[in-house]
Order: sequence, then C-alpha cells, then structure tokens
Amino acid sequence: MAKTVMDLAKGPKYVLPGTAACPGCGAQIALKWVLKALEGRTIFVIPACCTSVIQGPYPKSAFKFPVFNMAFAAAAATASGIARGLKTQGKTGVTVVAWAGDGGTYDIGIQALSGAAERNEDILYICYDNEAYMNTGIQRSGATPPGAWTKTTPRGKAEMKKNMALIVASHGVPYVATASIGYPADFLKKLEKALNMRGFRYIQVFAPCPTGWNFPVDKTIEVAKLGVETYVWPLFEVERGRLRITMRPKRKPLKEYTKLQKRFRHLTDEQIEELEKAFLARWEALEKLEAQGTIFV
Amino acid sequence: MIQREEARGKWDIITGNHAVAHAARLARVKVVPAYPITPQTTIVEYIADFIARGEMDAEYIRVESEHSAMASAIGAAAVGARTFTATASQGLLLMHEVLHWAVGARLPIGMAVVNRAVGPPWSIHVDHQDAISQRDTGWMIMFVSSNQEALDSVLMMYKVAEDDRVLLPFMVCLDGFVLSHTYQPVHIPDQGDVDAFLPEYKPKHWIMDPEDPITYGNLVMPDQDYMEMRWSIHESMIEAKSVIKEVSAEFRDRFGRFHGDLVWKYRADDADVVIVTTGTLASEAEEAVDVLREKGENVGLLKIRSYRPFPTEDVVGVADGRKLLVVIDRSISFGQGGPLATDIRSALFTYGVDTPVVGFVTGLGGRDITYEDIAKMVAIAREKASARELRPVEWYKLKKG
Repeated sequence: MAKTVMDLAKGPKYVLPGTAACPGCGAQIALKWVLKALEGRTIFVIPACCTSVIQGPYPKSAFKFPVFNMAFAAAAATASGIARGLKTQGKTGVTVVAWAGDGGTYDIGIQALSGAAERNEDILYICYDNEAYMNTGIQRSGATPPGAWTKTTPRGKAEMKKNMALIVASHGVPYVATASIGYPADFLKKLEKALNMRGFRYIQVFAPCPTGWNFPVDKTIEVAKLGVETYVWPLFEVERGRLRITMRPKRKPLKEYTKLQKRFRHLTDEQIEELEKAFLARWEALEKLEAQGTIFV
Repeated sequence: MIQREEARGKWDIITGNHAVAHAARLARVKVVPAYPITPQTTIVEYIADFIARGEMDAEYIRVESEHSAMASAIGAAAVGARTFTATASQGLLLMHEVLHWAVGARLPIGMAVVNRAVGPPWSIHVDHQDAISQRDTGWMIMFVSSNQEALDSVLMMYKVAEDDRVLLPFMVCLDGFVLSHTYQPVHIPDQGDVDAFLPEYKPKHWIMDPEDPITYGNLVMPDQDYMEMRWSIHESMIEAKSVIKEVSAEFRDRFGRFHGDLVWKYRADDADVVIVTTGTLASEAEEAVDVLREKGENVGLLKIRSYRPFPTEDVVGVADGRKLLVVIDRSISFGQGGPLATDIRSALFTYGVDTPVVGFVTGLGGRDITYEDIAKMVAIAREKASARELRPVEWYKLKKG
C-alpha cells in the first residue's frame, strides 16, 4: 500500500536539524521529502548549489545519507559513474540521485544531463528549481522567469524560462515529472513512481526561495501553491512518452502570485498581464501535448 | 629497457594504443568512461572490442565529453571500482577542473594521455603541452618511450596509485602517433601473473555507502583542515617516489622488465655531458648518445619518467659533478622556458649544484626531432656553456631566427 504524507512525516529523519539553510528554504523542504521517500537507501551527488552549503560545513554534516559533493557541471556524469560502479560490483537496492539546482541543471549541467539521459543511465535526477543562482547571491539562470529581478537583471529578465522538463522528456527517458513542495502528496506519488522504475528518471521540483524572491519566510508553501494555481508551474508527468497534467487547479490571477514577491514589484499591471499571457500560452501548449498521446518517443 | 627472456605471456606486434588497452584489460579495470579524441581514440575502441568479445568484464560509459568522462570515473572510483579512461590534448584540458577533483578526493584513477599539441591552430601531432599543463593538479604524471613501457607502466602505476601511502590518480603519457599508432613488438603478460602483481582494488579509505553514510567534500573554513589536506596530497606525492621505486623493482622481479623507475639512465654513469629529456625524445636521445660516444664524446642520458612527483634527488645525483646538462623540452611555459629545464634548475639550485643547464624547447606540434637533431643540440649547448651564454631558453629547429 502506498505510504501517505502523514506516514512519511513520522518516519526517521535523514536531514537532521542544524542545517545551514536560510529560514523558509524551499529546497530543504523538497530534500526532506525526497529522503523520506528514499528511506536512506541512496547515494547523492550534489554539484555546486545551495545544498553545498545547506549540508553544513566540514567536519560535520546535517545529512544522514552518503553525499559526494562535485563540481558544478558534473552531477549527471558523476551519478552515472556511481551507478555503473555499483552495478559492476553487484551492489543493488541503492538509488543514485543527482540533486542539483536550476543553474546546475538548466545551464552548466545540461550537457552532462543530456548525455546521461540519452544513455538512459539508472539514476534519479532531481532539480530543485529556485529560479536563479541563489547560492552565489541571486543571479539569473535559464530557469529565471521573465520579468523577475535578479542582481544580473536589475530591470527584470527579458527572456522566457527554459522548458527544461520537456527538454529532458524529449530524450525519451522512462519518467519525467514536475512537482511542487506546495503539493507534497503529488510530489511523493511521483517520487514513488520514479523509485519503482529503472533507467533515467527526472523530477523538477518547484522550490521557492524567500531570500532570492524576496517574500516573507513563512510564505514558502503559500508561494509554492500559488505557482501551481496561477499556471506558472504546471504539475505534469511524462511516462513512457505520454504527457499527463496531474493537477488542474482553477486558475488564479497571476497578480496573487507576483504580489507576494518583491522580485516582481517593479512590474506594471500591463507587464504582469503580458507575463500571465505567456504562462497561459505555455499551459495551453502543455494541454495540446497532453492531447496528442504518446509523443516523447 | 631490460628484458628477461623467460616471462610467461605472449609476444605481439601492436601499436602503443593497443598496448595500453591490453594494460587496462589485464588490470581488470571495472569502469571505463570513453570519449574519442585523436590520437587516443583507438584505445577506447580496443577496450570496446575487448568488452564486446567478453575478454574484459567492465562497464563502458559512452560519455558526451571528457569532462563527463573524468566525472564518471570519479563517481565509479568513489564507490570502490577500479577505473580507467584515456584522452589527449583538448580533452585533457577540458578535464582540468575534475582532474583536481579526483586528486582532492584521493581516488586512484588510471588514465592514458596520448600526447598531442594544443590548439589553435589545430594540430593532431605530438608535443607535451597537454600533460605539462596539468602539472599542478596532483596527478602523478609518467612519460614513456615505448609501447612496452606504456603497457607495463599502466600496470605498475595502478599498484602505486592504490597504495595507501599514495592514493592519487595517475596518467601514463605516450607520444601521439610516434607510439600511439606505431607498431612495436610488445610482450603481453600472462593474466595470472598480472593478478598476482596487481590484486583486486579494495579501497582502504571511505567509499560512498548507504550503510555507512559520510558527506564527502563539504565546505571547509580557512582555520579548518583545507591546508592540511593540500599538505597531505603533497606528502603522498613525495611518498610516491619511493613507492614507484619499490613497485618498479617488484615488476622487474616478477616480469623481468625494467624501464627505470622515476628516471631511466643510459650510459650516464661516466658521462660529462648529460642529456635530460622524456617521452620518445629519450629513445631518440639513446641513439644520439651512441653516435656521440662513437665520436669519442662522453655523453649520457637521464630520462625523466616521472614528471610528477619530480625526481629531484635523482636529478641532483646525476647532475652533480658533470660539465653540462642539456635539457630538451617538448612544451613551453610561455614567458619562462622549458618546464623540465625550469624544474631541473630549481632542483640544482636548491641543493647547491652549479652544473650549467642549457634548456632547449623543440619539437612542438610534432616537428620531427631525430637523434641527429639531439646531437646538434648537444653541440650548441657546449658552445653556449663554454661561452657562458646561458639563457632561460634556447629554441631549436625554428624556421626563422
């Protein structure tokens, strides 16, 4: 029988108290759920990202699972090596996880990620998406949404966010999903599904960042929910080439999402309207893809 | 090379790259990330064939870049697998970041580097700029002069790298085309003999294991152990000098072959002029020594096999009391001179040895350097030394100047 969110919340802790995460960190919430689902039977590769710091400084660690910290571009390649190294020694029952931020996934890590996906390496790649280079102090990435202020886009980013999950799905891998920490039941269901598969699995989890997005630290979950409810972050999965939207909330105005975050405060009503159209267009494109049946082959 | 006749195994006439692939097979390497680059490519092709034919039991990862090749090797080594890869030139440069990572993580990864010039402009031919540019990564860097030495050195260096006094990765460097694509007679040792010499890799330090979780490589503050970790890498590198000597001696006892250890000396004991070089220039230099000796010149050769760790003591020991050292580099540290010459001058100065050093940079981008060229360099060096015209670098075989 599938475990419920409440069952897992009671289980053993793998992310221990005393991490170096910022208050209200969405990435850490995502990580806790992932470790609960994995029940510690894992080896993590963590490239340069917020989690390099969150784990805490040497000689201690707040993580009660094996972690290999790695260079920025190399998460998927290193995880591939670990998976093959375990395989050649007949070690089974361990899920190798590449745990990377959006910079390490959408940008500098995309080549190694694409290679590992194409080879269908037996790894679970999880991108926690906080929509900018947060560990270096809020610079735009390929995941930053249009309009958002960052330190390298002081007037707001001009470009759209990369459609990363669909890029990965286009490799024809067994499983791709988006998730949000605002919807842990959906997230856990997808994790469980991924853990029961072999081959290359990719989950991209929405992880709001109070520090970088500039919202109150007690609003992380609210922002994570609103991202889904305003169609900024659609929840879907691609299984055996078929795309399925896993949640269809009644759409709320984008303003409800943007008004909570000061990274959008410079935007005029017209600009927010344009942004809303852009995200709606992405949603509609997703619905078209869903209607097409098996397409990512 | 010293070769005893009765060794088990078989003889074949093969390229340097084929010899290296045999070495990876004989070492029972478990994971091979592979990415093609001229003139390395046939190494990973031969290994693919060995695996496809069931002659080698290894995971073969067809990565999308050399950066990923080394990252995968690091991952596999971090769970305790013996790993091997091969590259050249631009590929080695692309790996640079993760070469440092392999060292910091103390993973005894093995790699063949088929030396090739660095672009631009494109050149696929031999020089040592690629490997020399990795000087300060903490990899053990060994240059070889024959296909046999390439095969034997890979086997020996796994034993050195995995020794718990060392725990550092290694690269065995062979000259592009001059060895990689040139057929030479090679003795391929018996698998049982290799197994007895190089047992299965059982890591004595941490591995990634959910039963015994550790966090490897997290943030270290300035007052913690970062500097001590760097110091320990240096200490292990120094320790590796004696381990290389031990392992070379054991290899000689078991297999009857000796290519030197940190260095190889040829007719050097009574020489008053010593040529110092590496790679296939060293085999060419043996020829030059014979020719010059026939003319009555008292010349010998000191071949640097191990560039890192650098054989400071051997160099000083050979240099002391000689009239002249003629150092020939196949790479250049722009604005300074030949990297070997620079290290040698540093070693001599440190130990108060005042033997004059004339350092040549030559053979870049595969320009052919024969034993006659080496004899000419010796003559030029004698003139420079007697006229007391010592400079940081002499260029040889430039088309102008």
